[in-house]
Amino acid sequence: MPLNDHTVKAFDEDIGQLRGLIAQMGGLAEHAIAAAMEALRRHDLESAREIVAGDKRIDALQIEVEQLAVRIIALRAPLADDLREVVAALKIAGVVERIGDYAKNIAKRVPMIESHGEIEPLSVLPAMSALAVQMVHDALDAFAARDATAAVEVCDRDRQVDDFYNSLFRVLVTHMMENPKTIGQVAQLLFIAKNLERVGDHATNIAEMIYFAATGTHMAERDRGDIPTS
Amino acid sequence: MSIPNQSKISAQHVNVWYGAKQAIADVSLDFGQDHVTALIGPSGCGKSTFLRTLNRMNDTIAGAKVEGDITLDGENIYSPDMDVVQLRARVGMVFQKPNPFPKSIFENVAYGPRIHGLAANKPQLAEIVEKSLRRAGLWDEVKDRLTESGTALSGGQQQRLCIARAIAVDPEVILMDEPCSALDPIATAKIEELIHELKGRYAIVIVTHNMQQAARVSQRTAFFHLGTLVEYGATSDIFTNPRQERTKDYITGRYG
Repeated sequence: MPLNDHTVKAFDEDIGQLRGLIAQMGGLAEHAIAAAMEALRRHDLESAREIVAGDKRIDALQIEVEQLAVRIIALRAPLADDLREVVAALKIAGVVERIGDYAKNIAKRVPMIESHGEIEPLSVLPAMSALAVQMVHDALDAFAARDATAAVEVCDRDRQVDDFYNSLFRVLVTHMMENPKTIGQVAQLLFIAKNLERVGDHATNIAEMIYFAATGTHMAERDRGDIPTS
Repeated sequence: MSIPNQSKISAQHVNVWYGAKQAIADVSLDFGQDHVTALIGPSGCGKSTFLRTLNRMNDTIAGAKVEGDITLDGENIYSPDMDVVQLRARVGMVFQKPNPFPKSIFENVAYGPRIHGLAANKPQLAEIVEKSLRRAGLWDEVKDRLTESGTALSGGQQQRLCIARAIAVDPEVILMDEPCSALDPIATAKIEELIHELKGRYAIVIVTHNMQQAARVSQRTAFFHLGTLVEYGATSDIFTNPRQERTKDYITGRYG
């Protein structure tokens, strides 16, 4: 939907800056998840350490978003769709920060999983990860475009991530029963799968906020499928 | 036509012309008894003109012509039987610039009740003056200097004096035409607090250019543009999720 510029140009600049920060945060979080999964696959401890350290940058950006959003509310007194967008940005920043934390959490588990090659279900995790990361990516694109339709599409995909998780849960539990030696490491994988499932949920939350910001109404309660087995 | 219980003033298909120029085109609006209703819109959109139709202030403007039905409690205020002086007592008005009479504070408030014969004697009149000044939140500031001139008060106090003057004749509706535009933020806050206090006792209609003020004081908001009513609804909806593109562009500052 094309929007007219504000009469006060500085307002458009502030909103543009806010969107830029969200896009930057989202890019970093998206990359962190993908990189953490790659570090896991290659058992790359150095890369894992970098990801853990890099999370600070996302945290710092979240603070920047909060400060800018509060400043916009105080100085510009935004209304209607402007207000909804600023509130959404504030909430999205919090959610993206959480996604960053999950990336950090996955990276921290990399040293604990050594014999990854022997654990067959590990091969499914990258596909699940790619799906969750793509959801985050598309949600942030929808934010940039104020696109409610794209936001709904992101939400619809959460079911696939949940399905991945539910089947992975069963496979990993079976694996643990059959190979009790590996329980410690496979439990780590289970946590990672859970983290990815949460990333999908968070992408869904972002999409719901975008929908509200763009339309002023809440996305109708959708069937979220079976409650995950944990 | 049946008037819903909560509707105090009902305007139906109102058109106003100043000479050949049409200022209001087919506006229909109902004002609730228990609500503060804000009229917003850019300069020249007709909001003040519309406000002035509600107590026939446009009668005093040469060349102004009003068409349509405006009823107060179901009674047509443009009917030939309507006593305009009486109407303006029932529908009081507060203007942009405070306009106290060049008389004492007491006389400013006592004037209305006296000419309308609302007090049987002096103690009763004094009682009405005190009650009105109290309701207007001014009593404590002026009780020791009631004989001083009303024009000696500060701008904010003068405006509250004008509100006290409007209240003194026991109106049912109070119209306010940008009552705070000449006041500083503290005086403005006091008037807004007063509007909040008066809500429920009187139906209040306020014209304001200050969007935040409309959001703060009103429960209903009507957006006017080019003499037409674009949108009317709950204030919280108008300012968070307006239905009309024109309303949104105006309140978010994307106008024109």
